[in-house]
Parts: sequence; structure tokens; C-alpha cells
Amino acid sequence: MSLKNVLCTASAVAFAATGAFAAELTIAIVNNGHMINMQTVAEAYTEETGVKLNWVALEEGVLREQVTSDTATGGGQYDVINIGMQEAPIWGAAGWIEPLNFSAEYDVEDILPAMRAGLSNDGTLYAAPFYGESSMVMYRKDLTDAAGVTIRDNDSWARVKDAAAAIHDPDNGVYGACLRGKPGWGDNMAFITTVVNSFGGAWFDEEGRPQLDSAMWNEAINFYVDLLGNYGPPGSEGNSFNEILALYNEGKCGMWIDATIAASFLEVDGVEYAQSPNAGNAAGANWLWAWAFAIPAGSPNAEEAQKFIEWATSKEYVQAVGNHPEFGWGSVPTGQRASTYEIAEFKAAAGFAAAEMAAIDSAAPAASDIKPYVGVQFAAIPEFPEVGSAVAQEMAAALSGAKSVEDALAASQAAADAIMREAGYYE
Amino acid sequence: MAIVAQSSKYGQIGRTTLAWIVGLLFFFPIFWLVLTSFKTDADAVKPEFLLFFTPTLENYVNMTENYDYWRFARNSVITSVFATVFTLAVGIPCAYAMAFNPARRTKDVLMWMLSTKMLPAAGVLYPMTFLTKNILGIFDTHFLVIIVLSLINMPIVIWMLFTYFKEIPREIIEAGKMDGVNTWGEIREILIPLAWGGIASTALLCFIFCWNEAYWTVRLTTTDAATLSKLIEGNRAPEGLFFGRLSAVSAAAVGPIVVLGWFCQKQLVQGLTFGAVK
Repeated sequence: MSLKNVLCTASAVAFAATGAFAAELTIAIVNNGHMINMQTVAEAYTEETGVKLNWVALEEGVLREQVTSDTATGGGQYDVINIGMQEAPIWGAAGWIEPLNFSAEYDVEDILPAMRAGLSNDGTLYAAPFYGESSMVMYRKDLTDAAGVTIRDNDSWARVKDAAAAIHDPDNGVYGACLRGKPGWGDNMAFITTVVNSFGGAWFDEEGRPQLDSAMWNEAINFYVDLLGNYGPPGSEGNSFNEILALYNEGKCGMWIDATIAASFLEVDGVEYAQSPNAGNAAGANWLWAWAFAIPAGSPNAEEAQKFIEWATSKEYVQAVGNHPEFGWGSVPTGQRASTYEIAEFKAAAGFAAAEMAAIDSAAPAASDIKPYVGVQFAAIPEFPEVGSAVAQEMAAALSGAKSVEDALAASQAAADAIMREAGYYE
Repeated sequence: MAIVAQSSKYGQIGRTTLAWIVGLLFFFPIFWLVLTSFKTDADAVKPEFLLFFTPTLENYVNMTENYDYWRFARNSVITSVFATVFTLAVGIPCAYAMAFNPARRTKDVLMWMLSTKMLPAAGVLYPMTFLTKNILGIFDTHFLVIIVLSLINMPIVIWMLFTYFKEIPREIIEAGKMDGVNTWGEIREILIPLAWGGIASTALLCFIFCWNEAYWTVRLTTTDAATLSKLIEGNRAPEGLFFGRLSAVSAAAVGPIVVLGWFCQKQLVQGLTFGAVK
């Protein structure tokens, strides 16, 4: 073989190798129904573009840990990552993820404003929402009718408690209110924070000083412990989304206030939806969360990754799922685009659509005078998971009766103060 | 006499019943897991389908077609087998040296080795990721998983082998020396045949530990060297009850090790009780 042939062959092999490398994306995802469906729908994307997709499904906590250690060590393990609303603005500001720039056809304005705001930092979008959620009341109308009570949109907590008491019938295995009690910043604290918000409380002041010793926190937690302790299922301190979903589908819950996505998993008849209760404060009754796609800084395939994200979070993707023979309109990802809620087939298949859209629209993630940080059921600061986890344990202790609400809040304030002080927010 | 015989008979029935209850209690999670793996995700959480339901293979089909089960299983077999072989290859000579030629600090060395198990793994996650990914470039490789699994299990393996070897009379080894057998010959011709039960049970336990390891195998791999632990981890969902699917993946992951344990239970019991009764 001549030298020229050798060089030609080597160049061809090198080119092929480079091409093969570029046409492969490794995507880290959380394991949930929408993401599982995407792996099937994306087969068409691979056929069309030739880009091979390697999916790595991980449990939420492990995903965060792995993606954090990957990005902190310069990236390269993943080309596309699933991150939540808590991480997106922080990681964007830290330069751990790439800013996203979409083409005009993508119609970035169609993404719900609350979602865009929550996934941006200084006006730059760092993650594109794949699906989003807020929280709402999911109650059994047959039980409220039988008890002669009603639940309205943005009802007062007092009326909600009265309704829970009226339908509470533990002898027949029906509990008035099923709420999160399992400790975790994304578990019990997600719900508890919305209660505190609606009572006018907040996690921190402008300087970052914890506010857990405020009267609002005291009132909110006393109310939460009273409501769930008296009208909730036994062992509520071990219940989070999945445990309550199982109880609800067994017909044991009169009402459940939780993520809007739960509505698509409910298999009992007569469920009605209402906007989250409030204690008079206009902001913060509904939470806001999104699972979004981002590109870690350092990904060698950033261009291909951007194209994939553009497809996965597009209007076309929603159509692809809705028209897919295996899935249909009841399975399309929701809470990300306004246009999804205008699709007639979707509205017909999803009875919860209007309530979900209203809940997301009314969520207020931006900083305000009452809540001087970004985020609804969390604060978008790096220290929040640590603070939230510490307080979550105390709240579970108060719920189980191991501690008084006052002692639990005092311990929470001390723990949060130590973390924030050490982080340098104040001296 | 008759009363003693009768009470002894009742005692035996009581002990047998208790043993059955304890045995069934321990077996229950496996039974539950396998049963649930044949239910749909919707049926899996419905109490009315607790025992009586229409079985489906949907979860197993989904697992092999959509989750590439065989790739994860192949990686588990490769890493567990090679890690066990490597651990024993290092552990047997090490335990031999400590058992038959102890130095003044041998006990301290053994304690030090065991103390390495006390280090919380999470504490070195970042340095391990940095070292293996940025410096050595062996992240997500079989080689890395084999080395990590070997090092994790080495202290336990050496401790177990040391205990078994100590039971062998020193005179037998010395007799071999008198006959002119070299060190390797002592290990191969005398030590291994005499301690075979102990070595087999140590190997089996090491293999089980390697197969079930779920901290490092999840965190030091992405796709190429990901084991069944990572497949199970990926099927845990925070929002959604996919118990049927999760059970099928878990049953398929523990299945091979349960079958292996079943076939090797004689060696396992023999090895674990080696030297217990003198």
C-alpha cells in the first residue's frame, strides 16, 4: 500500500471516528413516566438525525450527586442533564451549565413565563423545561358532597381544615387530609414552605438570616401539625408523594394537596381539583417546579446537545407523544408550554389541564418584599438543600409528637443560623 | 421418662415451627418481589390484587427491550468474577503470610485493614471522581470497577482467610517445608486443599458483595461499565409508582446470585462454620 493510500485510509478512519463521536449523546435523566416515554419517542429522532442517544436513568438524589460531581470536575460524563428549578439559576450563575440559544421556530416565548423566570439567571435561560408542575388540591367530591362541605379555589386554610374534619372517617379507612410528612427538602418541606408562604412567612430575610423563629412560621407549623396530626393517616411522617399516591388510589384520602402531576396518576373516580388554599397572603399558595434539560459546561458535544434539547422541549415533541400509538394525549408532558393547553385533544384527555395551568400561572418564584429570594417552595441558594434537610427532620419530629412545635422551630432556627453564618451571609 | 420424651417432642415441634416462621419471614421480601414483578404497575399497588391477579410478563419484556438488561448483567458478571479472582489472588498469599509467619505488628496491620472499612464512602466521592476521570482517565471502565470492588472487599477477605488459615496446624505447613516444598508449593499443595471450604465460602461471599455493591458502581460509571445496581437505581422514581417494573428489574438482578447461593449453600455453610466446633 502506498503512503498516499495509507494517509487516505487513516484520514477516512479518523473522520469516521470523529463523526461517530459527535453523533452520540449521553443523557442523564430522572426516572419518571414522561422521561420513560421519551426514550421510546426519541427513536424517531435517532432515525431522523443519526444521533445515538445513551440514556442514563438515575434516582433524583443520585442524579443530583452525580451531575454535581461531574460538573465540578470539568464535565464530560454527560452531554445533556436533567436538572430542576432549584439548580438551574445557581448553576447558570456559577458557569456550570451553558446558556441556551434557540432558533425562532422554537418559540421560546411559548414557554410559560413562570417557568422561564425560574430557569433563568439575569435574564439568560440556562435550562429548557421538559415538564413543569405546581401544586393544587385534589379532593374526592363524592366524600365532600356526602359530608355537606365544599372546597373552593384558594380557599382559606380554616375551611380546608373544616372540610378535612367533616370527611375524616378513620373507622372506614378514610382520612380527611393526606399531606407530605416524610423529611426531606423536596419532600415535607416543599409542602410546608407553601403553607408558611401563605401565612406570610419566609425562609430568610434580605441578609440571609433565617426567619424560622417568626410568628408566621409558628402559626403555619402549628396549623400543619394540627391538620395532619388530627385528620391525616397514621404514620404521616413517613409519607411523601409515592406513599400518598398509593393511599389515594386505595381510596383512603379525602383530599391531597400536592404536585399537579399527581392528577395524571389518580385512578379513583370523582376527583375534583381546586387551587391551593391560602391564609390571606396573595403570593405563594402554589409551588413551582420543572424538570428541565441543560448542557453541562465542558460537554464536547454542546452543539448536538442543543439541537436535542430544542427537539425534546418543542411543540413538535408534544405532538409526537400525543399522536404516538403507545401513549396518546393523556401522556403528553405538561406545564412547560402555553400552546399545549390549547390543544383540543389534550384538553379532552386531561381533566386537570385547566387547574394545572391556573396553578402554574399563579405561582410566583420571583423575589419580593415578603420573600426576598427566588423560588417558591425552596430558596434558590446553594445552601438551601442543607438548611431544608435539617429543618425537615425537625418538622417530622414535631409531626410525630417527638418534639413540640416550638422546640422543633427553635432547633431549626439554630441549625439554619449555623449553616448560613458559616456560609458567610452574615457574622 | 414419658413426660421428658413428650416435652422434648413438643420442644422440637416448637423449634421447628419457630424456624419455619423465621425462615418464611426472611423469604417474604423475595417472594413479594417476584410476585410483584408479574403485576402491572397499576395492579402492583392495589390491595385487591394482593395475591390473586392476572400475571403479565410486560415488565420483563420492557426490561430487556427498553432497558438493555443484558448489558448491565454482562457488566455485573465481568466485574464481580474478575474482582473476586483478583481479591483472592492477593488475599490468599497475604493471609498465608500473616497466619504462618506473623510479625510483631501483624494484629495491628489486620486491625488497620479492617479500619479502612469505617471510612464513609461519600467522603472521598469527589477525589475519586477527579482522580479516575481527570487524571487516570479510567472512569466508567471495567478495569476501574474491578479494582474498586477488589479494594473494598480485600480487608474482609483477608480477615476471613486469616481466620481459616489459623485453624490449620502449623506443623503440617512445617512438614511440607521439611520435605523441601517452596512457599508457592505450600500454598498450592497444602494450604488450598486443606482450607478449600473456607476459601470457597470466602470467594462466594466476596462475589455476593461485589454483585450487590451499589455506591461506587453507580457513581463511577456512566454507560460502558454500569452494573445491575445502576439499572435498579435508575428505576427508582420519586414521582410515580413503578413497583411492577422496579420489582422485575430487582428480581432479575438478584436472581443469579440467589441461584448461585442455592447451589453453593453446602460450601457456604461448611466454610462459615469452619473451626466453629473443635
